[in-house]
Amino acid sequence: MKKFVAMLLALLLMGCFAVAEEAPAAKVMTYAEYVAAELETEVVVDCYVQATQSWYYNSKVGSGVITVYAADKDGAYFLYEMICSEEDAARLVPGTKIRVTGYKGEWSGEVEIMDATFEFDTYVAEPVDVTAFLGTDELIGYQNQLAVFKGLTVEKIEYKNGEPGDDIYVTVSLNGASYDFCVERYLTGPETEVYATVGALNVGDVVDVTGFVYWYNGVNTHITAVTPAAK
Amino acid sequence: MRNSEFGMRNWKRLGLLALLVACLLLTGCHGPVKKEAFSVPSALDESRTYEISFWAKTESNVTQANLYKDAIAAFEKLYPNIRVNLKLYTDYGRIYQDVITNIATNSTPNVCITYPDHIATYLTGNNCVVPLDALMADRNYGLAGSKVRFDGPSRREMIPQFLSECVLDGQQYALPYMRSTEVCYVNKTYVERLGYTLPEVLTWDFVWEVSEAALAKDENGRYLVNGQPTMIPFIYKSTDNMMIQLLRQMEAGYSTPGGEVLIFNDDTRSVLKTVAAHVKSGAFSTFKISSYPANWLNAGQCIFAVDSTAGSTWMGSEAPLIDIAEESMVDFETAVMMVPQVNPEQPQMISQGPSMCLFNKDDPQEVLASWLFMQYLLTNEVQIAYAGTEGYVPVTAKAQESAEYRDYLARRGEDNELHYAVKLDATELLIDHVADTFVTPVFNGSASLRDASGQMIEEVAKSVRRKKTIDDAYIDDLYAKMVNLYRLDQNETGEDAALRKDLGPLPGTAVALLAGLAAVWLGILVYAAAEQLKQRRRAGK
Repeated sequence: MKKFVAMLLALLLMGCFAVAEEAPAAKVMTYAEYVAAELETEVVVDCYVQATQSWYYNSKVGSGVITVYAADKDGAYFLYEMICSEEDAARLVPGTKIRVTGYKGEWSGEVEIMDATFEFDTYVAEPVDVTAFLGTDELIGYQNQLAVFKGLTVEKIEYKNGEPGDDIYVTVSLNGASYDFCVERYLTGPETEVYATVGALNVGDVVDVTGFVYWYNGVNTHITAVTPAAK
Repeated sequence: MRNSEFGMRNWKRLGLLALLVACLLLTGCHGPVKKEAFSVPSALDESRTYEISFWAKTESNVTQANLYKDAIAAFEKLYPNIRVNLKLYTDYGRIYQDVITNIATNSTPNVCITYPDHIATYLTGNNCVVPLDALMADRNYGLAGSKVRFDGPSRREMIPQFLSECVLDGQQYALPYMRSTEVCYVNKTYVERLGYTLPEVLTWDFVWEVSEAALAKDENGRYLVNGQPTMIPFIYKSTDNMMIQLLRQMEAGYSTPGGEVLIFNDDTRSVLKTVAAHVKSGAFSTFKISSYPANWLNAGQCIFAVDSTAGSTWMGSEAPLIDIAEESMVDFETAVMMVPQVNPEQPQMISQGPSMCLFNKDDPQEVLASWLFMQYLLTNEVQIAYAGTEGYVPVTAKAQESAEYRDYLARRGEDNELHYAVKLDATELLIDHVADTFVTPVFNGSASLRDASGQMIEEVAKSVRRKKTIDDAYIDDLYAKMVNLYRLDQNETGEDAALRKDLGPLPGTAVALLAGLAAVWLGILVYAAAEQLKQRRRAGK
């Protein structure tokens, strides 16, 4: 009996997943696709805020709403009374990129997106492990990316101008080769944790280094985090 | 020694208790400020000057805006020491939200045009709205009082039914300003072209039948009735009113006077299914979906346009106010009829229109000055002039029975401006059917229930257009959504929540006060701890 109930529950669970999979996220449309979309169909567009009308609490919809004039490089959108908190409304300044989901509608000739919700379109990169490429020509292919280098040995820590306050030059080695990294004070200044951490490193410490793969006549990663190397 | 220890514990307990009480008191600080109840001063202090604010709504009608300005100028002439600042809105909802926000910051207007449903919410701010009974009855400054400097109406000269619509919890919390109702503006020409004759009273069955018949097209996809590619036979402006009136006519549940919500019933379900069917066929739409009924009616693309009598100057081929290109207007005969009825023998239509409320202030003299202005808006000069801007009806018998007003009505159709026939037909319809009007119960939350009643129609109409199926399961979900959205299963309404939600950050003074109190308590605690430490040391020696 227990087995039967367990199997039944498992089947139900699988059914739930199956149902969930039936409703994939709607595809983000280009402006041309938006124009071609039928009225009263769901649309999803990425666009940039150009201007907003005043935010207000609409008791009819039980939420704050804001009407937005938005555009992308190909055309423009009118986002009528988009659901929006007062806090988020303050962030909808011209130039802000948002992803809008709503229904294409028409009201007195005005084609608009109604009953819309939105999310700020942000992207925060995860660091890519490029340890294997250190010392190879392939590393430049990761230039400017957030990356992590694992198992580096500290060879030298040197403050620019000789004392804390300015950049820190960090020399690390891996497999017998040395590399110059940097704590860039305008990125992570003396008040930051990483600045203090790097300042306290000792020669011989083995660390994992995260940073942006900056290039200064060769790799010169701008360090954003340093942790003891995972053993 | 024991007594001493016992005393110390008591002090600690007292300290903790005081801290707890302080915390409780402080958490209640930042809400609507509780005011002293207003009492009528014995006399208006005329040695002082008063600046009062008046928030009003106009119907995108510049004449109405000018009329308010004229009324203020005339009032300020009578009372040179009272200055009235006018703030105009084009939407009652915005006034409502602004008032709610301003209750929290203690900056409400002095006088505000509003609806009783809204006042019920305003009343959650204690003593925020002034009950008018004492003011109205005041011998000197009350209605037609001896020291009032204008010829205003007495209480007996107010239309009793309109006055009673502004009574909440047994008290007069508002005065009616104008009254209107909904009517159906009918393209009679097209009805007859379709082979029908307008009955004396429109029924829902008749409207639906004619609307469906109007959808017949020729081989080129043009509607036979108007020869155009576009036709929405039936458009309703206020779906709140549509649902409310339908339920009333069906003798179905809406709410009890006390605020019990009854709307989620099978009659509502049948209304929604009917709406769905006619949206699907293309026979019916709403203002929110398709825009102003007047524009479609005037373009010959709508046959039954339901809107307020206060929208009458926009309706018909000869309408003095139009919102579409003149070349889009078509010629037709406009019939002004009661809204469709379930039982034509017992017609029922909603009574609506703006009312006025008075907000309490710390200075009773300021309230009295505001009351005088509010009362001035009931004079014949204001009432008759404002009623003439749209299909409004004055709220005083004094105005309705005046020779000036009777003459105004008698001159129906003399011109297409002040005496525009459609407007005066709409006005007369209400005057003739005041006894057939009704209002819905007013309670804290009634505004939300009203919102929900219309929103259900809007949701169904939108869903049909978006190819969704409207069945019992859909309606069950919709009911649950409405209950949740408008908090109709709680005493706390959506407005209450908004009231608190919109309080905003604490003002700087409050922050300073709280910080000061915290510092004092910290000091007390440090002192108490130090004393305890000293005593322990002494005991140890």
